[in-house]
Amino acid sequence: MQFIQPDINIDFTGKRLIGFSVSSALILISLLSLLFHGGPRYGIDFSGGTLIQIKFNVPTTADTITKALNPLGISGASIQQYGDTADNEYLVRADVAYEALEGLSEKVQNALIQEISGEAIPNKATEQKTETSIAADNTATTQTTVQEKSEVVEEKTSPPPAEVRRIEMVGPQVGKDLREKALMAMFFALLFITIYISGRFEFKWVVSGVMAACLMGGVYFFKVMNISMPFLIFIALVLAMILFWFLRLKYAMGAITALIHDVMITVGIFSICGKEFTLPIIAALLTIIGYSLNDTIIVFDRIRENSRKLHRNTLDQIINTSINETLSRTILTSLTTLIVVLALFLFGGGIIHDFAFAMMIGVLIGTYSSIFVASPILLLWK
Amino acid sequence: MKNISPRTIIILLVIFGSLLYVLPSFHIDVWPHKKINLGLDLQGGMHLVLEVEAEKAVESTIERMSNELRRELKTNHIKFSDIKRKGYQLNLQVVDKIDSFDKLLDDDFPEFRIASRKQDGNVLSIVLDLPDSDMAEIKKKAAEQALETIRNRIDEFGVSEPDIRRQGDRRILIQLPGVKDPKRAKDLIGKTALLEFKLVDDQHNVEEALKGKIPPGMEILYQVVENRQTKRVSKSPYLVEKRTALTGEYLTDARVNIDSQYNEPYVSIKFNKKGARLFERVTETNVQRRLAIVLDKKIHSAPVIQEKISGGEARITGSFTHDEAHDLAIVLRAGALPAPVHILEERTVGPSLGKDSIRKGLLSMLIGGIFVIVFMVIYYQIAGLIADVALAMNIVLIAAGLAGFQATLTLPGIAGIILTIGMAVDANVLIFERIREELRVGKSPLAAVDAGYSKATLTILDANVTTLIAAVVLFQFGTGPVKGFAVTLSLGVIASLFTALIVSRQIFDSFLINRQIRSLSI
Repeated sequence: MQFIQPDINIDFTGKRLIGFSVSSALILISLLSLLFHGGPRYGIDFSGGTLIQIKFNVPTTADTITKALNPLGISGASIQQYGDTADNEYLVRADVAYEALEGLSEKVQNALIQEISGEAIPNKATEQKTETSIAADNTATTQTTVQEKSEVVEEKTSPPPAEVRRIEMVGPQVGKDLREKALMAMFFALLFITIYISGRFEFKWVVSGVMAACLMGGVYFFKVMNISMPFLIFIALVLAMILFWFLRLKYAMGAITALIHDVMITVGIFSICGKEFTLPIIAALLTIIGYSLNDTIIVFDRIRENSRKLHRNTLDQIINTSINETLSRTILTSLTTLIVVLALFLFGGGIIHDFAFAMMIGVLIGTYSSIFVASPILLLWK
Repeated sequence: MKNISPRTIIILLVIFGSLLYVLPSFHIDVWPHKKINLGLDLQGGMHLVLEVEAEKAVESTIERMSNELRRELKTNHIKFSDIKRKGYQLNLQVVDKIDSFDKLLDDDFPEFRIASRKQDGNVLSIVLDLPDSDMAEIKKKAAEQALETIRNRIDEFGVSEPDIRRQGDRRILIQLPGVKDPKRAKDLIGKTALLEFKLVDDQHNVEEALKGKIPPGMEILYQVVENRQTKRVSKSPYLVEKRTALTGEYLTDARVNIDSQYNEPYVSIKFNKKGARLFERVTETNVQRRLAIVLDKKIHSAPVIQEKISGGEARITGSFTHDEAHDLAIVLRAGALPAPVHILEERTVGPSLGKDSIRKGLLSMLIGGIFVIVFMVIYYQIAGLIADVALAMNIVLIAAGLAGFQATLTLPGIAGIILTIGMAVDANVLIFERIREELRVGKSPLAAVDAGYSKATLTILDANVTTLIAAVVLFQFGTGPVKGFAVTLSLGVIASLFTALIVSRQIFDSFLINRQIRSLSI
């Protein structure tokens, strides 16, 4: 069986202007969306805040949850249905001030149980209210009160109609730290990859090594001076591009441009869809980097091999032949990877859902970029 | 097979070894006994990051020293205005005996640094603080000691395989798998548990003090009592001496006992020799006065001292539940935290959610895997089957690696494995496409396989090394779940290198060399 005929010969490099304009348009849209939304939408991992996942035994509406949570000071929280409607599972997300969060899990669970069963026993609900008002001046006491209360309720209706299945709270400082760490991770991964590619394909180990070391040192130096991390990384990347150009690190420039291209477009699509950035999404972005690089390297490898074999041909032709020769493999691998990512997307459950979504975009964009972005960049030095 | 090549032996050994490491995870108890660790997101549990408020440790050190200074000044009959603490500094004014004050400061309080000094006639205004290096040392010690104390408390509480470690300068990372009552665990860990005994001031009126006229050297603390029947909470103020008569640092033991009269639990405590002597002296000189038992600035009870108590035993009563008394005994035994801690990050996953995640993860792995396996057989026929064998082995190797390195499998980790299924196929696809190319040029099956492998090897190595670089960086910078992902990704890359370049090659070779095959089913 064969999808791609062996004698296929598409003029990819000839269409590189189309590729460049499509990519530029996609990047522009991504940037505009980011600008419009005021930067990426950070999940609580990066922005700080609270996330509560609750499962109910009985059908519940978002309104009931809002009503139950209001006395706890969690107002303005976003409440989303999670998974299937039949699951009666909800995700509550709040950016509440951190001090108010201690002992939250129990309070939420009890308030919800109150609210659901409270319609049957109305005076219970009022009692709950008076207790929370006492809570204002002494948190420690209320916690014990509420806890005992829950024992009473649970005795009546076991199992409890509401179960807090997951609670995550991240302080703002931790969020900022995680954000910086994630950015650093991406940046360092790119630099190390640069060294490897320049070394393997152009034997420029020393040049690329010194360049990467300088950039890393620079970033560390300015980090000590308290310059904001995203800005710093942005400057460092621009600087890296300029250095690639003058040091003629062609392959590194091609690969890194393709990677930044992939990450930016994935981030852009995430921003357009209004999805949140969490730690697993960062893992997905890094995997996309790894995957797209894999694709790019395989084409580069063929270009390297063919430049030795077909050294009479122009670079244009060599690149074209190489892309065409590896096309079958590129399509096949993308297909198998897409199959598994799709399985993850459909059956992996809520937490993995967005991760798989990012991966799907990444695999598609990564395949495209290794053909239309990475290789044609080698022609820029003509 | 007559001649078994060394490569076959290596492959068989690897398969055997990895099976040994995988089996314990499926409840078949064989030798290495190493099970795959499940992360908190899969088995449920609690993840906490605490910050030690180390400045508070400095403040309390300075506070303690100011108390000592006050006492020394009194015993030496040096007249002084009340010592006021402002942040890390002590302000005081000394009248007349300035020489003997200086001598006292030099002899008994060499730790103090004189921040400023102004003499106006016979009045000396002086500001004292601690050198920066000392303060840094106190902060460092506070963080270390907090970690140790929390570890002791958790050990006594009884959590299986807790993970407690320092993170940065003053953060403590705690992972408690399978904790059923997160609130109780949090209370136990976060309680400062500073036990103090303070004498109650009965000479001054509490009401007046509440209006703002607090006598010097005194402070107002509250006793909070909750009536369990009516659920009413009452707070009663007490005027107590700022000076602490005795602290919990002299404790040697704390146990839960049941009061036979009221059938209520209480905590009995035992002092060491020095503590017992101090306790005896305090009770002896203050008969008929009330002694407040203060825990974290809250009064638990304030019994009247009836007579001198020797022997160094006391009891803390209060309306405890049994769990509360039990946990209080633990924190008293483990000692107080040198400074309060607060929670920076908390993630709690219920056990049911973890089970769901495992089920869904395995399900999608199965579905994705089956699709890929079927696809490979359709596309490459027999060769596809060989790739499938390599793929199956790949998964076994990853599982064995997880168990062998005692790495933690998290939810993103499962995603990593599923992803490797997709990418492991890639190596085989690369090889097969190469072999097809060679066959088209007209080479014999054996030569085509040989050429295909040797040409694809370098490509596969380059591609995988770069992925490995990304994975290693992820591991270095990642936290929690992301780290788990990096581990499975790296294991997957290494495993797929092995299965594609060595295992599937060997299968091809044994097919081709031992049988005279004319055409290749690829």
